[in-house]
Amino acid sequence: MSEHEHVTSRAFSIALGIGLLVLTAITVKAAFINLGAFNPVVALLIATVKATLVVLFFMHVKGASEKLTSVVVISGFFFLAILLSLSLADYLTRSWR
Amino acid sequence: MSDSHATAVDTAESHPQLRHHFANMEQQKNTASLGMWLFLVTEIMFFGGLFCAYLIYRLMHFNAFAAASQQLDIKWGAFNTAVLLVSSVTVVLAVRAAQDGNRKQLVGYLVITVLLGLTFLGVKAIEYKEKFEKHHVPGPTFAFTNTFDDNGKQIPVNPKEAELFFSLYFAMTGMHALHMIIGCGLFSVLAVLAWKGHYSPGYYTPIENAGLYWHLVDIIWIYLFPLLYLISRHS
Amino acid sequence: MATTVIPAQPISRPTNYLTNGFTLKSWLLTTDHKRIAILYLISVTLFFFLGGFFAMLIRLELLTPQGDLMHADSYNKVFTAHGMIMVFFFLIPVVPAILGNFLVPLMIGAKDLAFPRINLLSWYLYIVAGGIMIHVLLNGGVDTGWTLYSPFSTQFSNTNVIEAGIAIFIVGFSSIFTGLNFIVTVHRMRAPGLTWSRLPLFIWAQYATSLIMILGTPVIAITTVMLAVERLFHLGIFDPKLGGDPLLFQHLFWFYSHPAVYIMILPSMGVISELITCFSHKRVFGYKIVALSSIAIAVIGFLVWAHHMFVTGISLYAALIFSFITFFVGVPSAIKVFNWTATLYRGSISFATPMLYAFGFIGLFTIGGLTGLFLASLGVDVHVTDTYFVVSHFHYVMVGGVVMGYLGGMHFWWPKISGRMYPEGWAKLSALFVFVGFNLTFFPQFVLGYVGMPRRYWQYPPEFQVLNVLSTAGASVLAVGYLLPMVYFAWSLRYGPIAGPNPWNAAGLEWKTASPPPTFNFDETPVVTWEAYNYDEIEPKLEDGGIR
Ligand SMILES: [Cu+2]
Repeated sequence: MSEHEHVTSRAFSIALGIGLLVLTAITVKAAFINLGAFNPVVALLIATVKATLVVLFFMHVKGASEKLTSVVVISGFFFLAILLSLSLADYLTRSWR
Repeated sequence: MSDSHATAVDTAESHPQLRHHFANMEQQKNTASLGMWLFLVTEIMFFGGLFCAYLIYRLMHFNAFAAASQQLDIKWGAFNTAVLLVSSVTVVLAVRAAQDGNRKQLVGYLVITVLLGLTFLGVKAIEYKEKFEKHHVPGPTFAFTNTFDDNGKQIPVNPKEAELFFSLYFAMTGMHALHMIIGCGLFSVLAVLAWKGHYSPGYYTPIENAGLYWHLVDIIWIYLFPLLYLISRHS
Repeated sequence: MATTVIPAQPISRPTNYLTNGFTLKSWLLTTDHKRIAILYLISVTLFFFLGGFFAMLIRLELLTPQGDLMHADSYNKVFTAHGMIMVFFFLIPVVPAILGNFLVPLMIGAKDLAFPRINLLSWYLYIVAGGIMIHVLLNGGVDTGWTLYSPFSTQFSNTNVIEAGIAIFIVGFSSIFTGLNFIVTVHRMRAPGLTWSRLPLFIWAQYATSLIMILGTPVIAITTVMLAVERLFHLGIFDPKLGGDPLLFQHLFWFYSHPAVYIMILPSMGVISELITCFSHKRVFGYKIVALSSIAIAVIGFLVWAHHMFVTGISLYAALIFSFITFFVGVPSAIKVFNWTATLYRGSISFATPMLYAFGFIGLFTIGGLTGLFLASLGVDVHVTDTYFVVSHFHYVMVGGVVMGYLGGMHFWWPKISGRMYPEGWAKLSALFVFVGFNLTFFPQFVLGYVGMPRRYWQYPPEFQVLNVLSTAGASVLAVGYLLPMVYFAWSLRYGPIAGPNPWNAAGLEWKTASPPPTFNFDETPVVTWEAYNYDEIEPKLEDGGIR
């Protein structure tokens, strides 16, 4: 049986939870600073860091016994990226807008 | 890609939860887990359609989206983000308790998770109520007054475009809330089953998989919060 | 042959999956993938004939230039019903849910799919959605076309669009769960020794199909939700007056619906790989590249959707990109066709009925695929968009491809499913009817489209009549070709000769157990020590007119 490999220490999980709360505070603070075009970039970057931490540690993708789980996660986001980017390829290059 | 193959054979006597078409508990567990992950991928694509609509209209009507977004209450949004993050920690602790075979802790964490989920939904209800009062619910009663920039100048905003923002706001948060409701129901059932002693260190797959679902719903909110609440707040 | 499987002995084992319970409950609550496949076989066939009924109405109306059989409005509803039923209730589930359900566990040496109860749930979702769809039809139907384009569907249509959307949403989840089940099954339930490079190509095709099902279908599901809330609450998501964009609907719709074409065709391609190898008694030419071409089709298929939107006013730059990538998706399809042809070379070919369908598939799919490249070219597409050229193109792929593959597969595996042989003479005759009827129906439509007959109209100028009459005549021949197998399959259930475990001397695990298989498929978990399609190690079969 393989239950040992998924065991994370409680202290680590709680520390990570606090880290995520801090990141939330940072994202709110950053929204009120004028970064120009970088405001949404920073907001999405922080969100992605948070999501990655949740996926890796809370959902135990890091340390999983097989690569398949990460392949599944990555392909999910990959095909989402295809949907978004190829739709944008139309909207961002329309001459009549 | 590596796969687990059925080598050792468990019997139904030693593992009452083993279903007939699996060779052993490990195969059964790995199967359920992969199934859950694939389901989460379908959830990503499901919300993806909404995110796609949001992205395109935000680029098309940025000013209206910014003005409409500023009508949302950051305090509630941030508070709910915190609630969900804490609930993700309690889910992790619940899984850990299941691994340790600590039934009381398991039930406790599951119940706390449900309570946190209900808190989130309660706050959401307060926010929705506020939208009704401010006529920010799309439809015939919708009304939107223009906002002002730093110098007190009115930013011209087409109320129709602001309405589109609120349409997407309700579609996205509503779909998310629906997932929260399902999650709360799921965890309530698990809490009862855990109380009855259904789970053991050798069998806690449902807890783990429900946890994966909960974390994904959390991740979706992690993106919804900045996208909906934090557009152009600095001006 | 090195195998630990005990050869089937029907006498010593009287129960198979068919005789394991005769009550209605034993069927409606079964979790046996083979029984669920039979449930699908019955329900999908019913929907096929329902969709076919609407096809006949279309062809009858188009027999004459005037709109004499029905009103324009009724005609809109008829072609919508035909499209929705055929796409969502026949073409998408037909091969995965019937042959895939039956064969995936058998071919990989498993006792069942990974999630048998979810498999049953899929069928119930299909039935619920089908019920809703029929309810829609009985209450006046829908007139939007199967594509449900906004703004017509959201603002102008007075028909029951929302209910049809709900049906599509639910049947979508049926397909998602099937796909999920297959992927997990292929990963987790393979028999010892059955490595990825030993999997039958049918399994690779099902796997690729399932990828599309779980990645694409959720997007159409959320799109129908948006459509429904827009109609219900008059939101502006797709309404330009309210800041929305109707083209976004088309983007989201085709993000699913183009790959959906591959949900339909890929499983049939998998069937063809099995048929070609068996009836030329040879290992497939270039196993790896045929297997990987299925995955390539699934992935590249997600990058081409806007080729359905070339004339809608999307950006020219985007149109160029989508046109370019569309040509690329032709490559893996062509690889398959070349490899099948190369497999035939120096094979000992037998012209049994399944092989006739395989030949039909290769020819018709090639025509369907190549005309797809015409449509991928921006200039040609502008000329023939929304004409019968498009209609003919996708029927060559869907009917000439998918249905040919399905019928070929049904004949091939019928002995496994029922334990009996079908009558070969009648089967060859009906294959001939299907092939001739098909071409007579749809080839004239290429010409009609090219000379400018638009699709979705109930009348047309008199000069188009000759070709339309040919098409309708062909449709009648085709109908006979589809009805005949119903009759002789049913006949064979009782009177067909006993098939035995492996009537074709075919490779593949499904032929190493009894026909019909026992409930748990194999008496002992098989251990695979051989490569796929090891026909050089199997005695060829020389009966029934096979020539060498
Ligand atoms: Cu297409």
